[in-house]
Amino acid sequence: MTEEKKSTRKEIAAGKTLKKVMADHFLELDDAARTGSRKIAWCTSVGPAELLRGMGFLVYFPENHGAMLGATRMATDLIPQANAMGYSPDICSYLTSDIGSFLQKKTPLTRAYNIASVPRPDVLVFNTNQCRDVQDWFSWYGRELGVPVVGIHTHRDIGRIRSYQISDIARQTEDLVPALEEISGAKFEMARFQQALAYSKKTSELWRACLESSAAVPSPWTFFDATIHMGPAVVARGTKEGVEYYELLLAELQERVASGVEAVEGEKHRVYWEGMPVWGKLRALSEQFASLRTCVVASTYCNSWIFDQLDPEEPFESMGRAYTELFIVRDEAYKEDYIRRCFELFKFDGIVFHDAKTCPNNSNNRYGMPERVSGKLGVPVLTINGDLNDLRCYSEEQTKTNIEAFIEQLDER
Amino acid sequence: MKGNPVKCFIGDRLESVSRNIFVGVDVGASRTKAVVLDPEKVLLGFSVRKSGTDFQRTAADCLNESLKMAGMSQEAVRRCISTGYGRKNVSFRDDTKTEIGCHARGAYHYFPTAVTIIDIGGQDNKVIKLDTQGRRLNFKMNRKCAAGTGAFLEEMSLRLDIPLEDMDKLARKSTEMVSLGSYCTVFSGTEVLEKIRQGKKVPDIVKGLFYSVIKRVTEMDPLSGKVVMTGGVVEHNPYLVDMVREITGRDILVPEHPQLTGAVGAALFAMETV
Repeated sequence: MTEEKKSTRKEIAAGKTLKKVMADHFLELDDAARTGSRKIAWCTSVGPAELLRGMGFLVYFPENHGAMLGATRMATDLIPQANAMGYSPDICSYLTSDIGSFLQKKTPLTRAYNIASVPRPDVLVFNTNQCRDVQDWFSWYGRELGVPVVGIHTHRDIGRIRSYQISDIARQTEDLVPALEEISGAKFEMARFQQALAYSKKTSELWRACLESSAAVPSPWTFFDATIHMGPAVVARGTKEGVEYYELLLAELQERVASGVEAVEGEKHRVYWEGMPVWGKLRALSEQFASLRTCVVASTYCNSWIFDQLDPEEPFESMGRAYTELFIVRDEAYKEDYIRRCFELFKFDGIVFHDAKTCPNNSNNRYGMPERVSGKLGVPVLTINGDLNDLRCYSEEQTKTNIEAFIEQLDER
Repeated sequence: MKGNPVKCFIGDRLESVSRNIFVGVDVGASRTKAVVLDPEKVLLGFSVRKSGTDFQRTAADCLNESLKMAGMSQEAVRRCISTGYGRKNVSFRDDTKTEIGCHARGAYHYFPTAVTIIDIGGQDNKVIKLDTQGRRLNFKMNRKCAAGTGAFLEEMSLRLDIPLEDMDKLARKSTEMVSLGSYCTVFSGTEVLEKIRQGKKVPDIVKGLFYSVIKRVTEMDPLSGKVVMTGGVVEHNPYLVDMVREITGRDILVPEHPQLTGAVGAALFAMETV
């Protein structure tokens, strides 16, 4: 390995529009919370957002706020407050940092958008497909704010999908309607729900196309770029704004591919990222990989917001299907095969597994998968220890050395 | 440190010096090591010092000591590669390489075959697997935890109030090894105090500490091929190697100076990247 080289990057122009989409999202929520003009639902990141939009709610995503707490490196100072209240340092650090943020009345929304606090919810809606922690997280707010909590309990460790699993999720979703009608004070309108689903489906298709543009060699963008540009795929899912944003981004990425723009100057190696981002170290990691002429081309994480199974013609059933086919709720065999398919598409020559201390559901290294995948695909793997938000669990120097040594290993092949 | 022969003073005589020696400097968390190799890969000089708080100064001191042992001047150095946690603090380096790469290269130099390397350093452990060509198949470092590292033994020597350098001979005197179950260094310290209260003998406790180190490193990755052990802990505690032999039933290979393996690897890379 030679010394790391400084790398120059061409900014993604759509980033300006991204900032506006995100700002509009939060400012609209803030206005509604302050004026009471619209009802607000908090929703888990892969919760029934389309249904909520279809029922007229504005939707706020605490996991997105958690990621902002991580990316702004506010989380590590806020987490101990939740720990002291009995929420273990070993559980989801989105949860602990978000509750710490609420208790200390500190939010990155203030600096970014001059918003004093997160919008007060009228209802909290979860889907446990991410983890059980989301239910505990929302339950805390439910008790604290005296707000109803409703949700969907997912199936887990799913191999072959059975129709009863899809039906069950579809029925659980449908069963939310009466409670949500009561809270919103409005009747459920199927046409509005179907419109939200159509937007979600289109957003997903465009988001998939954006991510798959990294199959090009050299790749036009990196995993680190995608973690930022996935914001609308989370918060604007089911809206026209989401669709319009990804049309813009996709056009730019396609143009980059056509003109050979490389995200990493002199792309030499291509790596797959399995697991959560280390939000507080995105820039440092992005710069390190770029300096080593290595492009992190794809990730399970960013791919997890593709729901192109959604179908306005089969609204509840297709939601059941989309949220059951999700990577995170599948068994090990499915996950390994998924990575194999990514390997064939993205042509990477190594995999980095991030073992996130507080996120077991997104840490797929813990049951021998790296060794099995490495053996099957014939590519080296590296496991780094860290966390999504809690930087107390992250050793910068050790991680940097591991990554540098891993790229040396790829150089030797 | 590049270029053709130069004129320089050796003592008070101006002489022409060929730049034909290669230097590796391994700035570890605990100790800094420097080696000087000639073009035939013969070890001409070396130095080991505590890394301390001024890595740059320590590295320079190690370089000068190792050159002195080699009977060489700085002008004779053709190329230098630094490695270890402080590799980027070495001002006179030509390039850097990770300690994983350097330990692999150094171990392969001494034992050119497919091996599993177990390196026990001051702050981290590494298990590195090489193929018959010396290429890395995979590697693992300890997680962010001092268990099984030299830092663990240093902490325990403080707890037991015995000099670090006495641990090897004490462990050899053990007749009934004490079993320590904790993963965590702090919890192990508490366990050690409990054993002292129970009247266990110090040599038996020290052997138990060695056994704990061995358990931590051998659970990082399955051993395959021949096993090479390197690092300062191995250099100063050869009994630990005997214990690994006994526990694993494997023949364990150890370089002449296990603590210098990373620095030797760095010097070899210096030679191979001219």
